[in-house]
Amino acid sequence: MKNNIFTVMKKELLRFFGDRRMLLAIFLPGVLIYLIYTLMGDAMMSGLMPDEETSYTVQIEELPESVEMLLTASSGGFSYVTVEDPMTAVANQELDLYVVFPADFDAKVAALEVPGVELYYHSASMTSSTAYSLFTSLLDGYESMLANRFDVNADLGKTYDLASAEDTTGMLFSMLMPMLLIMLMFSGCMAVAPESIAGEKERGTIATLLVTPIRRSELAIGKIAALSIISLLSGLCSFFGVLFALPNLMGGEMDGMIDANIYGMSDYAWILGVILTTILVFVSLISILSALAASVKEASSMISPLMILVTLVGLSGMFGTATSTWVYFIPVYNSVQCISGIFSLAYQPAHIVITMVVNCVVAGIFVFVLTKLFNSERVMFKK
Amino acid sequence: MELALQATGLKKTFTLSAKQQKLEKTKNKKKVAVNGLSFDAYRGEIFGLLGPNGAGKTTTLRMIATLIRPDEGDITVDGLSVVKDPGGVRGRIGFLTSELKLEDFFTPDYLYDFFSELHGVDPKLRAARKKQLFEQFGIDKFAGVKVANLSTGMKQKASLVISVAHDPDIIIFDEPTNGLDVLTAKVVTDFLLELKERGKTVIVSTHIFSLVEKICDRVGIIIDGKMVACDALAAVCDGKSLEDRFFDLYLANETQRGGAAE
Repeated sequence: MKNNIFTVMKKELLRFFGDRRMLLAIFLPGVLIYLIYTLMGDAMMSGLMPDEETSYTVQIEELPESVEMLLTASSGGFSYVTVEDPMTAVANQELDLYVVFPADFDAKVAALEVPGVELYYHSASMTSSTAYSLFTSLLDGYESMLANRFDVNADLGKTYDLASAEDTTGMLFSMLMPMLLIMLMFSGCMAVAPESIAGEKERGTIATLLVTPIRRSELAIGKIAALSIISLLSGLCSFFGVLFALPNLMGGEMDGMIDANIYGMSDYAWILGVILTTILVFVSLISILSALAASVKEASSMISPLMILVTLVGLSGMFGTATSTWVYFIPVYNSVQCISGIFSLAYQPAHIVITMVVNCVVAGIFVFVLTKLFNSERVMFKK
Repeated sequence: MELALQATGLKKTFTLSAKQQKLEKTKNKKKVAVNGLSFDAYRGEIFGLLGPNGAGKTTTLRMIATLIRPDEGDITVDGLSVVKDPGGVRGRIGFLTSELKLEDFFTPDYLYDFFSELHGVDPKLRAARKKQLFEQFGIDKFAGVKVANLSTGMKQKASLVISVAHDPDIIIFDEPTNGLDVLTAKVVTDFLLELKERGKTVIVSTHIFSLVEKICDRVGIIIDGKMVACDALAAVCDGKSLEDRFFDLYLANETQRGGAAE
């Protein structure tokens, strides 16, 4: 009995690991997520940081001494020019900014009058609008300096945000991880199970297996075990892709605040347990649908609505972790809650154990159903 | 003569879908594919099931192979019932039809080992048998080529070799020479005769008269799911050619049906 299961598993694993296209389908999502999130993080960061290289052409009329001092002190990257018709030059995007100060600006400011400054810019030009906002913030800074009554968080040497890196990471990961992981796990299972069951049915190769003395249950267990191993690898690849990519994605906003190292070995062990048992549920469920379908195409269209449902359940992880015990008896939802709980470092091991047991029982029932389907001539030889 | 396989009162009905009803031009939801079929096959003989398309030959063979279950009746293979002990029956038979395909991704070499393992063949015996069969069928040169890249004839030969990997005592072939070129067909028929020489029971289904005349010891003629004649080839032919005899039986059956309808 064990031997046959092992033989079937070995064949399935060879089938997937020997096929480059299949390998790509399994491991690409994790790698892509890492690359895409890292690139997105980089892009966001560079968007936030001023570019040192760019210089903006500005023409300034009646530049007051005070502002001149500020401009010299700042590293704004302005280069000063004089053109004949500055307004037209800005409109033609030949000049980035045209600033007109009133005469004796400094004297008016000292006399508590409110002089107006005019800044002409071109909102459709990237350099012009950046020059405009740089200059505006410079003037705003000067204005608030003049009227300084009190400071907020002025001590640069102090840390005012008292959330630890653990708290921030926990919050972020527990919000994003459940949905990402559930979706990636499901698509990992979807990449292999229909091919292995509906595909074999479609090509007529499963009948060749069914005329051997192998028991239908051995075939079901062997297939599900092999598909689970492949999906687990795919799931883990995606998991680490997300784990390493999230700090990169958020790096721009929360530098140093996101740190995946806050999780210990036991946290990872729990996560692995939840991922593994969830994959067993997914693989066996998708296998049943694949056995009912006559072709890979039909299987895919049967599974698509399920994918939407699973995504919705995954979204529920965004709204915190459930505390009542009974929710951990609902398959898939329990996994989402566990993942959310583990990443926020606020979980009860009992809940996770319930989840894993429930998932295993559900997978067991599905294996039984699959065995029945393999035994049914109407299902297996439907044209 | 030692009984190897006995079919008694086999009946199999299929439910037709709306689409199939249209194709078959019938309003009946049920189609009786096999209706009270009985026959025996003995050790060391080639038994032929002869009949037109749709007569119920393939359905009968599928019931022997335990792929489908008879609604009524039973088949015993070496004393084991296909209804009560399908697993045991599968261990004793080799079944080959064009419906059973080999996975394109693997090589004949790997698939031979894989199916041998599922049949529980001893690894040493397996290697010796594989070498001999691969040489006999000329697969040895293509043993490492993926099935997808093999020619149709080579695929068929690989399927045949793999279906007898466990050296079964009873071999069932559905349309054994269909779609094969003359050379491959000859290799296959020679192999069937060789199996018979070795004391195996071979059951073939076909609609080719010449094949039956050439290799079969006994023949059963199936028309409309019923066995209309079943005996030694010479007895069935009764001095006529098999083809003439078949049409006599066919016409008699049609007349009978016409009479029954009236």
